[in-house]
This record gives sequence, structure tokens and C-alpha cells, in this order.
Amino acid sequence: MALNNFLILSAFLFCTGVYGVLARKNAVLVLMSIELMLNAVNINLIAYSAFTDSVSGGIFALFVITIAAAEVGVGLAIVLLIYRNERTADLDEVDQLKG
Amino acid sequence: MLDNAWIIPAIPAASFVLILLLGKRMPFKGSEIGITAVGASFILSIVAAVQWIDRVEGAGGHGEGLGALGRSIFGAEAGGHAEPIVRPVISTLTWWQSGTVEFTVGTRVDGLVVMMLFVVSLISLLVHVYSTAYLRGDVRYTHYYALLSLFTASMLLLVVSDNTLQLLVGWEGVGLCSFALIGHWWEEGANSNAALKAFLTTRTGDIGLLIGIVITFFAAGTFSIDGINRYALSPGAEHGLLLAGAVCLFIGVIGKSGQFPLHTWLPDAMAGPTPVSALIHAATMVVAGVFLVARLYPVFFEGFSIAGGGINFMAAIGGITILVGAALAFVQRDIKKVLAYSTISQLGYMVMALGVGAWTAAVFHLFTHAFFKALLFLGAGSVSHSGSHHSFDMKADMGGLRKFMPVTFWTFIVGTLALAGIFPLAGFWSKDEILVTAGDTGFEVFLVVGLIGAFLTAAYMTRCVYLTFFGEYRGHGHPHESEKAITVPLIILAVMSVVAGFINAVPLEIHKFTEWVEPRTAFPTLTHSEFSYPLAALSVAVAAIGIGVAAFFFFKREQARSLHGLTERNAVARAGYRLLEHKLYLDDLYEKVVVGSIKGPIARGVYWFNQNVIDGIVNGVGRGTQRVGHFVYDVVDQKVVDGAANGIAEVTGETGGLLRYLQSGRVQRYALFLFAAVGLLSLALLIANV
Repeated sequence: MALNNFLILSAFLFCTGVYGVLARKNAVLVLMSIELMLNAVNINLIAYSAFTDSVSGGIFALFVITIAAAEVGVGLAIVLLIYRNERTADLDEVDQLKG
Repeated sequence: MLDNAWIIPAIPAASFVLILLLGKRMPFKGSEIGITAVGASFILSIVAAVQWIDRVEGAGGHGEGLGALGRSIFGAEAGGHAEPIVRPVISTLTWWQSGTVEFTVGTRVDGLVVMMLFVVSLISLLVHVYSTAYLRGDVRYTHYYALLSLFTASMLLLVVSDNTLQLLVGWEGVGLCSFALIGHWWEEGANSNAALKAFLTTRTGDIGLLIGIVITFFAAGTFSIDGINRYALSPGAEHGLLLAGAVCLFIGVIGKSGQFPLHTWLPDAMAGPTPVSALIHAATMVVAGVFLVARLYPVFFEGFSIAGGGINFMAAIGGITILVGAALAFVQRDIKKVLAYSTISQLGYMVMALGVGAWTAAVFHLFTHAFFKALLFLGAGSVSHSGSHHSFDMKADMGGLRKFMPVTFWTFIVGTLALAGIFPLAGFWSKDEILVTAGDTGFEVFLVVGLIGAFLTAAYMTRCVYLTFFGEYRGHGHPHESEKAITVPLIILAVMSVVAGFINAVPLEIHKFTEWVEPRTAFPTLTHSEFSYPLAALSVAVAAIGIGVAAFFFFKREQARSLHGLTERNAVARAGYRLLEHKLYLDDLYEKVVVGSIKGPIARGVYWFNQNVIDGIVNGVGRGTQRVGHFVYDVVDQKVVDGAANGIAEVTGETGGLLRYLQSGRVQRYALFLFAAVGLLSLALLIANV
């Protein structure tokens, strides 16, 4: 299999993720899109790791997975609190940071 | 204890966590944890001090062989009185290594550290005890004790740290805790504003500190205090780098130690509870700056070329601060603000002393000042707690309190005399040492500045004492003496204010403070001045004149009032009554009674002379001083300094106003900006590579 196939898959997943983050209104879906982007990066790392016969890419991917788990934990907690306070998870409604 | 000094800050730090977790469930709401922890730290500090003194004395007893062997080149230069070398006790742990750079955490114990540990833990312990009465029933009592513990822990950490990074951690911790404690009663907008002002003003200085630490790191190649000091004194040191490092570090000191022109936060910081003010002004926060200079003294000594004499940045700032602080103290109505400006002025003394090469004198003044300034603040707190119904306004709510609060009154008097530098109280010895050294090392200008400062200090403290404790009671409460938890710390501090000075009474051949505290390794050679009787007499005389002039000016008004009563009623019995009531001003009143009852031409002549000539001179001096004070306050402080501060704030505000349109609050729009920027930059990279 060619390296390019993996890279194209990864780029496709990443763009889907970016689209989701930018366009989705629901905070949970935005979090899922972020997950998608992280996994796109993982595919990239693993692909390069396999093709260059070095383990560092794989180790990197492991780190990314760990951090992603923590990130989702914190992210979901934030969404939960926003929902509890605002009665909505719609990101357009949450604009208290407006200057 | 010297090897395990980390325990001393660790105990109050643990107490902070414990109070937060368990405080509310304890019978005394957590105060007992704080008091026990700080008490333990205090005892361990004493143990450390005793061990250090043993070490110094032991080194002296081992004979010449050891001393000669270990004597550094600096000791050898001193010639005659070569002292045996005593190395600081350093224990470190490397927690991160990057290439050849080691990041360590550890403790460094020497005389200066031991002295600071003693002062910080003692004052903190007294403040803890005092607060049980002062803040009884407060809404955030537990919270207050937790922060007090953290405050103490941060200061102790700063003191024992062996490298500049760890010192920075303690430094910021102290800043954070003082922010939280100044804003303790944040429900009132003024208080939280004062807290913010304190935090942001010191942060301004901290930028300088951070840059200074980086500069000294690149100059010396290490964060270790010992390494930096050795580098600064080594012949290969680059003077330009040292100068830049010293200036940057000193900017941090200006912010932290309330030096002109960043002194404005200190008086506002009075918004916090009074025991906190005592802690901030005497033992922690503000002396951190002076401590930093003392700790890294070789950097400043070489950077500012202090050995050369003349005027340097540090001494000049210190001198200006002495005068500005003292002049401002005259026009305040709030007793705590008088003391705050007084602290500014006294810190000016310390910084000026360091600037003229009087290291020992500066540190000694820090030591003695801690006792009497804590005493004065706690005294003022006692007055407001039990005498003036929680007000600090001397003119509206105080006066005549000496009858109701004898313990507070007498301890306050002791503190005032010590601050004014009257023989033989603590302030006399340390202030005199500063002045003598300033004169001996070729800084005569600063000798004069110091003397003027001594005069002003004596005068404004007399005014403060008069307004608070003499005259008629002007408040509306029922003044009474404070309880034991308040008076006992006052008495302890009063005793310390009397005796602390004798630890370095040079004319009595006592040099213990110099012997125990002054570093003997990696330290510049300094002049140790002999005691000068004429100068000592002069400085006491100046202080006495200051007290006299102010007393005459203020007590005179009182006299004029009682004279009116006499001439209207012309009753001898009443005169006798007033005589008894005002027995403290016996001589003056006697003159008035004679004048009032005889009313003869001679008496009238004398009276005219008294009223027009003597009063004219006295009032003139008084008014002149007041006018200078007002001028400094209105023009220099309010317009120039505040104007500059407000100007910067306005520019920042305008810029912020323009930038706020970017802040829509929509997270996804931010994300869009982010991705667009990444996209554009990648494109740029692509184009650049093609």
C-alpha cells in the first residue's frame, strides 16, 4: 500500500473534523469533531512510523490518545456545566466572553 | 535543622491545606491549626538560629589554622580583622536537567536567612494570635487563616531558597497571598480595587525581576544564588551585564518594597485587615524586596559600582523614597496610612543603606524595623478594634484614648520612640549605623537626607500619637482596653523594640549581629564604620527636635482652647482642675494660668511675644512642613505619579476598546480565525519553500 492512501484518508478526516468544529452548533458534536481531528493526526503519525520503521511515531500516537482521553473528560465536564447553567448546549447561545 | 531547613516553610504550607480541608469543622474554625503550625515553624527557626550561631562561634574557636586555610581572597584583603570563614549550609536536589543546565530546588541557610526566619515566624505567630481576637466572627475566618498560613509559607520559602527560580516562586506566592488578604473584605468595591492595585503594581515591578533573573542566568550560567554571587565578584564578570541585571532586579524591588515611584499601592493596601497590614509591612511582602537585594548583593554592589562612592540609582531611589514617604505621612487623616507612608520611608532607609554599601546596617534596620512597625500596626488595630469603633480616622473618631487604653498607649509610645530613633530603643542603633556608614563611605548627601528623614519621622509620629491618644475623645463608641490576645503580642513586640537594638550596639563592643549575619563567602568587602558619638548625638537631637516642634505645634492648639475657658470663667478651681487633667503639659499650662489670672501688662507683653513671635516661628515651621507635604501630595503624587499611571491605563483602555470588536464571544468564530491563520501561514510556508 502506498503512503499516500493513508495521508489522503487522514487529510479527509481532518477536514471533516475542521468543518464539524466550525459549523456544528451542538457542543457535543464539536467535541466529537475535535476527536476526529486528533485521530486524523494519529493515522498520519502511525503511517509515517510504519513507513520509516521507527517507533517514535507510534509512541507519539499513544501520547495523543492519552491526552485526547483527558481532553474529552474535561471537555464533557465543561459542556455539562454549560448545559446546567444555560439549559442549552448550543454554542451560539454561549457568548459571555463577548468584549 | 540547618540541613533540613525545608521543613520550616513546609509546615505552614501543610497547614494551609489542612485548614482548607478541615478548618470549618474544627472547634476554633481552623485558627488553632494555623497557630500550631506557625508556632512549630517559629520554634524550628530558633533551633536553626541557635545551630547557626554555634557554627559561627565554633568556627571562631577552632583557631587560626582553619580560618587561615579557608579564608577567601576577600577576607585576606580585609587584613587586620580576618574572621574565620563560615560557609552557608546548602542542600539541593536536581529536579530537571536540560543539557548542562541544572534546575535545582533546595535550601541555603546562613546568617541572613536565619535572621529572616526568626523575624518572619515570630511576627507571623503574633499576628496569628492577634487575629483570633481581631477577626472573631468574621465571615471568612477559616479562609483568612488558610491564607495567612500560605502567606507565611511563601515568605519562608522565599527566604530559604538557594536559587533565583525558587525565590521567584516564593516572591509570587507572597504577592498572590497579599492580594487575597488585602481584598479580604471584597464585598466593598474599594477593597477589591485596592487588592487589584497592589497586585498589578507589584506585577509591573515583577516583569523587571523576571528579566533580571534571566540576565543573571545568562551572565553566570546558573540560577544558584551562590553561583551568581561568585560570578559577580569574579574578575571575569562583565560589568555591562551586571549593571543591566542589577537595574532589572531593582525594578522588581521598587515594586515590591514600595519604593518611589511604585509606592502608591502600599497606602491603598490598608484596605485589608490590620493584622495583615502588620504582616505585610513588617515581616513579609515589602521586605522581600530588601531581602532580594541583600541576598544578591554582589550583583548590585558590582553593577552599581557602590565601592566608588558618589550617587547611584539604588541610593538615589532610596533617598527620594525617604523624603516623599515622610512628607506624605504628614497630611493623612487615617492612622494606618500614616504608618503606611512611614513604612515607605523606612524601606527607603534600607534601600538607601544598601545603595551606599551599608549592608549590615540595612539588614539590621530591617530586623529592628520589623518589631516596631508590627507593634505600631497592631497598636493601630487595637485602637480601631476597641477604641474608635472600627474607624481609622484619627481626626473624627479618635483622641484622648490614652486614658481608656493604657497598654495600647504605652506600647504605641515605645514603638513611636523606636521608630523616631530615640536612644536606646531599637531604631536608634540601626538608623545610626546607616547614617555613620553613609558618611564614611563617601555618600555625604545621603547622610543629610537620612537626617532630614529622621526629623520628619519624629514629627509626623508625634502628630499621629497626639491625634490618637491625646486631647478629647471625638468618637461615638465606648472605648475600652483590648483583650489579652491583642495586648500580649503588643507587649512582646514592645519588649523586642526596646532590646533588639542591643544585639549590635557598637559602642558597647557588641557586634553579634554583624558577626552572625554577615556572609563571609562570596561577599564584597565592606566598610564597617566605627561608632561616632557626635553623629549619634546629632541624630537623636534631630529626632528630639522633630518631636518637640510637632508636639509644640499640636499641643498648642489644645492650650489655646483651655485658655479660652479660663479667661471666660476666670475660676481658679477650674484652672486647678484643668492643671490636673492636663498634667502632661504642665509647664505650658502653668504659663497660661499665670497669664490668665494676672493679665498684667508684663504678662500681656510676654503673652504677645509668645503668641506672635514664638508661635509665629513654631506655626511657620509647622505650616511650612505641612505645605511641603501638601505640595508633594497634590502635585508630585497626585498629578505626576498618578497622572502617569492613569495615562498608561487610558492608552491601554483605548487599545482594548478597539480590540474588543474581535471578542465576539463565539467560540467557533475564534476557531475560524485560528484555522484561517494556520491555513494562511502554511500557504506562506509553501510559497516560501517553492
